Amino acid sequence: MYAQSIRSTGKAVQSLEDMSAEDRQFQERINRGEKIEPKDYMPAAYRENLIRQIGQHAHSEIVGQLPEGNWISRAPTLERKANLLAKVQDEAGHGLYLYCAAETLGVSRDDLFGMLHTGKMKYSSIFNYPTLTWADMGAVGWLVDGAAIMNQVPLQNTSYGPYARAMVRICKEESFHQRQGFHIMIAMAKNGNDEQHRMAQDALNRFWYPSLMMFGPSDKDSVHSAQSMAWKIKMNTNDELRQKFVDATVPQAEFLGLSIPDDHLNWNEKTNQYNYSEPDWNEFNDVLAGNGPCNTERLDARKKAWSDGAWVREGMMAHAAKKAERKAERQAV
Amino acid sequence: MSQVDSHLIEFLLRQGDNPLILGHRTSEWCGHAPALEEDIALANTALDLIGQTQLWLSYAAEVEGGGRSNNDLAFLRDVYDFRNVLMVEVPNEDFARTMVRQFLFDAFQVPWLTTLQASSDQRVSDIAIKSLKEALYHLERSSDTVIALGDGTELSNDRMQTALNYLWPYSGEFFGEDDTDKAMEKRDIAPLPVSIRETWNSTVSSTLDTANLIAPSDPFAHSGGRTGVRHTEHLGHLLATMQTLQRSHPGAQW
Amino acid sequence: MTTTTDEWPLWEVFIRGQHGMSHRHVGSLHAADAEHAIKNARDVYTRRNEGTSIWVVEASAITASSPSEKGPLFEPAQDKVYRHPTFYDLPDDAGNM
Repeated sequence: MYAQSIRSTGKAVQSLEDMSAEDRQFQERINRGEKIEPKDYMPAAYRENLIRQIGQHAHSEIVGQLPEGNWISRAPTLERKANLLAKVQDEAGHGLYLYCAAETLGVSRDDLFGMLHTGKMKYSSIFNYPTLTWADMGAVGWLVDGAAIMNQVPLQNTSYGPYARAMVRICKEESFHQRQGFHIMIAMAKNGNDEQHRMAQDALNRFWYPSLMMFGPSDKDSVHSAQSMAWKIKMNTNDELRQKFVDATVPQAEFLGLSIPDDHLNWNEKTNQYNYSEPDWNEFNDVLAGNGPCNTERLDARKKAWSDGAWVREGMMAHAAKKAERKAERQAV
Repeated sequence: MSQVDSHLIEFLLRQGDNPLILGHRTSEWCGHAPALEEDIALANTALDLIGQTQLWLSYAAEVEGGGRSNNDLAFLRDVYDFRNVLMVEVPNEDFARTMVRQFLFDAFQVPWLTTLQASSDQRVSDIAIKSLKEALYHLERSSDTVIALGDGTELSNDRMQTALNYLWPYSGEFFGEDDTDKAMEKRDIAPLPVSIRETWNSTVSSTLDTANLIAPSDPFAHSGGRTGVRHTEHLGHLLATMQTLQRSHPGAQW
Repeated sequence: MTTTTDEWPLWEVFIRGQHGMSHRHVGSLHAADAEHAIKNARDVYTRRNEGTSIWVVEASAITASSPSEKGPLFEPAQDKVYRHPTFYDLPDDAGNM
């Protein structure tokens, strides 16, 4: 899902026989389930793909702070305010871990920020949707974090060591996020008044299809999965994860007394899973192309934070340099 | 308690409203700070402050004895019932003002909470002991930041000096004194704020010296926040945002 | 002194918990200098737990082996079974170790 917009090389996956000796050894290590570490040999394309994927994942965390951050100042109780703030803070932490993992591949965090700000690198499409009511804090936690967990749990076994370890840490901290969201939904949809119930349904209506889009295009249209899966930087196909998400979420919606906005949703006895309608892929492409409801606001907010903060980052560095200089002078005396 | 202890309530609201409003302001940074590490640190500070708010306002609500909760106090009072100092309600403006304010506030909180540890009121003492641990770390971090950015570049020094000039007239209010303060002193619940002024002065002047920042000489001090007599216009906007759900959906549970 | 637009350097963070035996690598972060890195580590990696000891090392000061070169550096130790905890049979009543 964090590879939603990674372009394919268009080439088929090379067979072991066609690979160079080094590449073959590399692929065999991956096949054996070994972890690739920063100083190990890796094909240039593996490195590039990983930088893009981890970078986009990191960007998604910090841009993902914005839609929920939008409600910190309006949280309805002190407990909710603290929980939401702690959650959005975790997202900053997850971004930090992931940038560090990407940095082990030889790219700097500032460079990655630069690529985000110039639009060279993307972030998950979901964060370009607005959060309009408090129920959206429930829906984002329940659906968006729910979808993210589907993706992140298998990534703990990804082939690149630093990425896998970052994911272990993230998954551990993530465990309370989805619960937090669901808890808000229970308070509003199940225990709340009519208007709160309406807000909860409205949030589900708006976030259902964008959540399904998080898993990326349908497998039949997803040309670049094969190589990533061979490299174990993608662990499941888009449709596999999407199906798993639908199957897990529908009963939760029933529990909440909310209806999934899909007339074609039904249980398939043969496959033992739900049939569901695909999201509008034209809308998905629009959002990826920069025309989602909040693309401009999200990117502007990140750019503003970065440029407003420049004097702070420079000031801290200048002070550190002066301090080191003064220390050296004292020692010279 | 047969008679409402209005002085103690007033005192507890002052204790609770400062971290409530400053915590709210600090939380506004989440997702917008100059670096990820600072973003996370600011959120920690805000979380501490919200936690302190819950303790003080819970106690205030208990003493009040009217069945209100700490959330009722935070989300259902209007401007004239708030008792925070004016300094914490002015907008963040930039990282400079945010950090200078945090520092001036922490430099007050540390000696203040230190003396409150010995309060004759056990609950006040307990809350002070817990809050002081957090305040000590806040002061360490905010004074380091003030020093770094005051010393850093010409630009960073200028931003910090501008912030200090703006905030300075709001710092005198920490040391206000009225019947509530006198009542608290008489009952050994809290000393007069002015009793820690020397400590505050020395922390502030030594830090500003190291930071190459100059405290304005004009002794004028704004007041009206901790008494609730006259807040700034900013508080109303802050409350309009903060209280929107509780106000527009009376009685709803969230 | 000239101003710099350089990125804050990268630091590796090692933490020993209150009852821990040794410092353990927990991750990395960016900071202007060592003191700043310690504070950032406290905020990012300990969430201010008391009683933790923090080490920070500038990442550029670390020399790392290449894990996949599983040559002489690693193999001999594999033979020395006495280095592995399972080599030592402990009586049950000795408790966990």
